[in-house]
Amino acid sequence: MIDESKPIGGKILTKPFMFFSAIAAIAAILLIKRFIFGIGAVTNLSDGYPWGIWIAYDVVVGTGLTCGGYAISLIVYVLNKGEYHPLIRPAVMASLFGYTLAGVSIFFDVGRYWQAYNPVLPKYAQVNSVMLEVALCVMAYIAVLWIEFTPVFAEKWTDKFRIVSRPLNKVLFVFIALGVLLPTMHQSSLGTLMVIAGKKLSPLWQTAYIPLLFLISAITMAYAVVIFESLISAIALKREMETPMLSKLSLYMVGLTVVYLIVRLGDILLRGKLLLAFNGDFKGFMFIVENLLFILPFFLLSSPSKRNNPKMLFYAAISMLLAGGLYRFDTFLIGFDPGPGWQYFPAFSEIMITLGLISIEIVGYMIFVKKLPVLPAVRPA
Amino acid sequence: MDIKRRDFLKAVAGSGLLIASNPGQAFAITRPPKNMPPEAVGMFYDSTICIGCKVCQHACKEFNNRPAEHTIRPPEMVDRVWDNPVDLSAKTLNIIKAYRHGTGAGKNNEVDGFAFIKRHCMHCVDPACVSACPVSALTKDPKNGVVSYNKDACIGCRYCQIACPFNIPKFEFDEPFPQIRKCQFCNHRFAEGKYSACCEFCPTGASIFGPAKDLLEEARKRLTLNPGDYYDYPVQTVNSNQRLKQKAAKYINYIYGEKEVGGTQYIMLSGVPFDKLGMPVLSESSDVALSEGIQHTLYKGMLAPVAVLGGLLFAVYRSTRNKE
Repeated sequence: MIDESKPIGGKILTKPFMFFSAIAAIAAILLIKRFIFGIGAVTNLSDGYPWGIWIAYDVVVGTGLTCGGYAISLIVYVLNKGEYHPLIRPAVMASLFGYTLAGVSIFFDVGRYWQAYNPVLPKYAQVNSVMLEVALCVMAYIAVLWIEFTPVFAEKWTDKFRIVSRPLNKVLFVFIALGVLLPTMHQSSLGTLMVIAGKKLSPLWQTAYIPLLFLISAITMAYAVVIFESLISAIALKREMETPMLSKLSLYMVGLTVVYLIVRLGDILLRGKLLLAFNGDFKGFMFIVENLLFILPFFLLSSPSKRNNPKMLFYAAISMLLAGGLYRFDTFLIGFDPGPGWQYFPAFSEIMITLGLISIEIVGYMIFVKKLPVLPAVRPA
Repeated sequence: MDIKRRDFLKAVAGSGLLIASNPGQAFAITRPPKNMPPEAVGMFYDSTICIGCKVCQHACKEFNNRPAEHTIRPPEMVDRVWDNPVDLSAKTLNIIKAYRHGTGAGKNNEVDGFAFIKRHCMHCVDPACVSACPVSALTKDPKNGVVSYNKDACIGCRYCQIACPFNIPKFEFDEPFPQIRKCQFCNHRFAEGKYSACCEFCPTGASIFGPAKDLLEEARKRLTLNPGDYYDYPVQTVNSNQRLKQKAAKYINYIYGEKEVGGTQYIMLSGVPFDKLGMPVLSESSDVALSEGIQHTLYKGMLAPVAVLGGLLFAVYRSTRNKE
């Protein structure tokens, strides 16, 4: 990872920085309440809806949105396309934040957090559990991400990292390989989690193909976020846009979406459940919206000229990240129905805590790109 | 990269084949169903002879140290101590619920009648909560089949609640140090030679305890009765000497729990269809078999990930060396 990446510099204490820090501070105060009075004091979770937005958004959507480190590594290292290398660092950084904060979110979502390490103890590990696989894999991947990102710190503080830099560079390829393997495992298993919910998950989402659909949609979402993030930071930080590279990346995104839609729609047709989408209820409506969002990018990017238009790329990326996000949200919350009498809509505190986590991600991004060599060095525009 | 037309078609054809080879439910990767443990104990509830007295509910609270619940409190009742849960909760592990229709006159009638149902853990033969739990906090006793909870293992992830088709495990959302609570058939009383408190205190024999296979036999016998026949209903346990002669009601010809999600150790008979009593309509196959089947097919005892890692190490090594 010896690329010409440079910190972009600039003031840290900007207005957006203060704003997002304030939201994070409110979330922190609400979390104190959670630890004193229990999860029920800050959430609308119930025995019927034991998982809310902290799981569905923070973990399931959140890690999907931020698995860019994985998705770009697939292209750079597995398909051996070195030209995408400049995208790696920002993508790994996004993964670093997304996964670390998903881990934090799990820590305050689990009821018995003081025993949160139990999955790593062999006497407790239960190998039939999909959750065990997800838990161990995500824990391992968070560690791998920090190691993968170490060269960035090492470049910044050369003298402090001298002892680890050389040996680390020799074995870094092992962590990069793990960084591809682990998300393949847990991004698919995140979907498999819902198979055991059986009839409690609407047939519009309940299928044995969930793991495949979750894996593909994670990758397409990640490409969408990389495109989105690259264009946003180019505008916000007044840098040159990486349009040609993003345009090529969008082809991977669209190509994988073809596979996704064939599996998704083929499966639902063969199971004979497609008509459920049109019976006029909220679930059916969300199914239609979700799949239209997957289809929309085909029209937005149908010609080379459209693909080289940053605006079209931007809209296509938004459509795709909403599509993947909604598919996950639907599978974990909207399509989930534990039976009559139960309902769920997140509480104000619950939403604030999730917004707090997102704010920490944004604040962290601001600090990291300004202080650390993450973004590619600016070429003369 | 440009996606070539040919590659595109290959992807389309490939994913189409994948789907066509494994349509819908007939998934070849489902693991085989599980069998009832050899010395399985169980419970049998006959809704037709339940009088809704809720003594079982009270006994359950007493012997499991569960507090009373005041879910409905008209102002004039506030100062009285009473227990009035509306559904199962972390405080109420066993509950009698009522079905009422029209005039509510005839017991065990679906139309213009009423009936009771007793809800608690079904102690599934292939329990979803046990398969879901990442840390073995919920386990099924290999001998008697009781599904019980260990708080020292539990991390409080609540995946058991997502998994359970009967919504049985309950979580203490209002506690800073919460636990999962569920019916364990009073297995803490087994050592003293006792059994589930709800059955011990049931006055009519509506709830009886005993070996699962004897209970199933008893249920089948009752289905052969003609409405109006007198029958000696056993009280407390299925093989008890204490019998209560009662008139048989008109049964729905169905034993709930015999086949649901691969069978349960709690079975029921009723005069009113079970879906009317709030019991979920479930298939005979357990979703656990599919979930575990998928997971173990994909992972093959961690051999598959190790093989993939080998390939990845090679690919990454090659591409990082090329660059330097």
